[in-house]
Amino acid sequence: MADNGRHETTVTLSIDGQEVTVPKGTTLLQASQALGGTVPHYCYHPGLTSPAMCRLCLVEVEGAPKLMPSCVTQAQNGQVVHTESEAALSMRRGVLEFYLVNHPLDCPICDQSGECKLQDYVHDEGRRHGRSREPKRVFGRDDFGGDVLFYGDRCVMCTRCVRFMNEVEQDPRLTVVERGSRSIIDTFFEEGLEGTHFSGNIVDICPVGALVSKDFLYKQRAWDLKHTPSVCPGCSQGCNIDLHVRDNLVQRLKPRTNLDVNGHWMCDYGRLGYEWMNRRDRVEAPVVRVDGKHRAMGWKEALRALLDRLAEIGGAAVRTVASAGASMEDLGALEALATHLGGGPGVFRSRVAPDEVPLKGFPRLVRRQDLAPNRKGAELLGLQRTGGDDGQGGLEDVADHDGIILVLGDELGDQEESFGSAAKLFVYLGAHPSRAASGADFVLPVTLFTEQEGTFTNHEGRVQRFWPGVDPPGAARPAWLILGALLAELTQGDTPARAEASFRLLAERHEAFDGLTYDDIGASGAPVKQPAELA
Amino acid sequence: MAYPYVSDREVRVLSEHFGDPEARTLEGARKRGRYVALKKALGMGPDEVTEVVKASGLRGRGGAGFPTGLKWSFMPKEPTKPHYLCCNADESEPGTFKDRELLRWDPHLVIEGCLIASHAIRATHCYIYCRGEFFEASSVLARAVEDAYEAGLAGKDILGSGVDIDVTVHVGAGAYICGEETGLMNSLEGGRGQPRVKPPFPAAVGAFGMPTTVNNVETLAAVPGILSNGPDWYRQWGTDKSAGTKLFCVSGHVRKPGNYELPLGFPLMDLIDDVCGGVRDGNALKAVIPGGSSVPILSAEECGACTLCYEGVVAAGSMLGCASVIVMDETTDMVKQVRRMAAFYAHESCGQCTPCREGSAWVTKILKRIEDGRGTEEDLDTLLEVTTQMTGTTICVLSDSVAAPVHSSIQKFRDEYLALIRRGERVGAA
Repeated sequence: MADNGRHETTVTLSIDGQEVTVPKGTTLLQASQALGGTVPHYCYHPGLTSPAMCRLCLVEVEGAPKLMPSCVTQAQNGQVVHTESEAALSMRRGVLEFYLVNHPLDCPICDQSGECKLQDYVHDEGRRHGRSREPKRVFGRDDFGGDVLFYGDRCVMCTRCVRFMNEVEQDPRLTVVERGSRSIIDTFFEEGLEGTHFSGNIVDICPVGALVSKDFLYKQRAWDLKHTPSVCPGCSQGCNIDLHVRDNLVQRLKPRTNLDVNGHWMCDYGRLGYEWMNRRDRVEAPVVRVDGKHRAMGWKEALRALLDRLAEIGGAAVRTVASAGASMEDLGALEALATHLGGGPGVFRSRVAPDEVPLKGFPRLVRRQDLAPNRKGAELLGLQRTGGDDGQGGLEDVADHDGIILVLGDELGDQEESFGSAAKLFVYLGAHPSRAASGADFVLPVTLFTEQEGTFTNHEGRVQRFWPGVDPPGAARPAWLILGALLAELTQGDTPARAEASFRLLAERHEAFDGLTYDDIGASGAPVKQPAELA
Repeated sequence: MAYPYVSDREVRVLSEHFGDPEARTLEGARKRGRYVALKKALGMGPDEVTEVVKASGLRGRGGAGFPTGLKWSFMPKEPTKPHYLCCNADESEPGTFKDRELLRWDPHLVIEGCLIASHAIRATHCYIYCRGEFFEASSVLARAVEDAYEAGLAGKDILGSGVDIDVTVHVGAGAYICGEETGLMNSLEGGRGQPRVKPPFPAAVGAFGMPTTVNNVETLAAVPGILSNGPDWYRQWGTDKSAGTKLFCVSGHVRKPGNYELPLGFPLMDLIDDVCGGVRDGNALKAVIPGGSSVPILSAEECGACTLCYEGVVAAGSMLGCASVIVMDETTDMVKQVRRMAAFYAHESCGQCTPCREGSAWVTKILKRIEDGRGTEEDLDTLLEVTTQMTGTTICVLSDSVAAPVHSSIQKFRDEYLALIRRGERVGAA
């Protein structure tokens, strides 16, 4: 042992013939993953402690008397590791066979099928035929409360769920009862997981179909789902998520790992709050009031009519109402147009929850009080919040305004039908029909965040991108495109062709976003300039 | 003395007072020389005590046979945290009943050993983890600890030496796996009795996260004698690698089963034929499990040259373990015996590691099917492979303990399995 090794912060070892240098304290599994290795594992999860009990990640380390669990064995200088040697493969083949002794192999009716680690591993490394001829142990199904259903027979006893509840949610509602092959996960009391806020994550981390979502039960097969990276719109935390889409409907939301924002997790409120994305009552074509009657028309015609109307009015005081659920690009385009028309950035309304719900074991993740995903973004653009914590009220001076009213994304659910009746021009850009907007001169269909590319700025000023996972209905278009086209016509400028261009226009106008591009933001987000950095 | 059976070939150092009720009382124990070694040890430095034990060659009597003094020397020399000693009195290995007798008949010897060891490893607290089913032993022990406290032999400033050592008797809830040292610590802390991944080793992170040493009852009981009389006295018995005397728990088909204290290196056949009066009813010897049910079975032929010391039993193809000698005569249905043992381990598997959790239950089911006359020859190959998959792949060695008897019995008694599978012939079913 060389003394000079004591203060080094990295170690160099060989894994499957490849030399790799990793920080001290890195496990063999992590080091192998860094090289693209796929050592199978169940009990190890990067967000939890490692009990090294599934015995699936055993690898051969030269000089060690037996195979080592790679999830807890720390990399050492000069180690020679074989993850694919005959010894390692044959032992893992043996362990996989043990998993199948009692597993029901009910893949055809199991929700996990297609994204099941037991399926994957057995296909990759398992025996072609199991040798067990004995009757299997039967536990049956148990309602764990919340959104979680437990199929005990499928359980591989990795205890990720127990550890998640103990270590991350820190509300220990699950435990292992009994021992040996009679071991089973159970809840302590009748209420089970009822009243917990993050227990949906145990369904995600369950490597097999033992824990499944009641909401998703029997809904879709995993391999039919298209995954699109997105950002949870449930609150201003901005958890990175994937939209899982089939039949042009969002079927479920899953967290997407981002250690700077949400770790591997998301809350149940956000996870299950997706139904609105699939609403069928959509505005599908531009509607223009001509001679007191609403008429659907094409975009070209509608925008021409709107520009004519603006020219006719000449100039009038502008009031805008936006939603803090609209993207940065949408809000930026609205603010730019309103400013051009002589108005200010306008107001937005947003809901605020009575309290926040932190995830104790990953304190960075909190279900925030601010329930609008882009409130911070709206504020950075200069929009003022109005109304109450229920997202209603505060529009008294807009409702009776006699100039120009622009509404973006706010359904005006609390407003009277007479809203905007005194206005010279009332433009409603919305995805859903609104009673209060029935008097609008122009109803322009916009896309939801699931249907367009864009960004949200979360509570701490982190700009994060989302991508379109669903095709928009009818003629609905992103608001930034509609508003950008209008502004281009008014200024003889260029219509932004893509969301990225729209964001660039925004970054030029707003110092906090100055210099920030889609490339910088990437898939994991980038911070805006904080006040201290601004001149 | 009437203690079930005695033999003149015994060397009764630890078992000197077995069967003598007076030795259980503090007064009786002191009359018999208990706590003299403690006074001597407390006058020495901890490392000095450790050196004496190292020199004696004492090895762990719980089964693994690790050198005791060496184990103690792994403890930090300058404590920054409290150190603990755990006395492992969770004797649960089928065929083993030596620690129970030590606790029942000579509790003060065990306590004295605990105190000396605690001093050697700079422990401030000794936990005696007593098997839940040891009702008599644990109450005798608890009483003895109380008496020791009253006499100033435990607690603060022991015998005016300035050394403080608390002793707590903790009664387990009855799980075999709590006898595994890290499972014991988890259970002691109030958690599930599940072995921990090593490293970290107990000497670094043990009970309650503190440096801890776990020693078997018999190991600790040997310490006072070594301290009083010196390492050479202890080395007069046994072999170079296996010093001293050892309690042998003999059970099964012998005329006089019981606890016998013999110098290590004693011939196995002498133990059976001479000390224990031979195999019952003049039957022929069929097999011996020399070290508790978790070690490989020795066939009668292998027993011939086997000497009972750590290296001797290994040479014969098994392990000394905790020296629980289970003798089986020719009427033994080996398939049934092995199935019974596998069922025990399947029941006691903590369920953490997959090879043990699933493997032990699977092996038991196969054996049961063979026993019921529905086995196939393929089953034997499956059992051999499955038990191989269960060996060396888990956190603790319980999995290996299921594998060893099953694997060795098929290797050594394959004909008996085949007779049952092919022709339905059963041994002892006449």
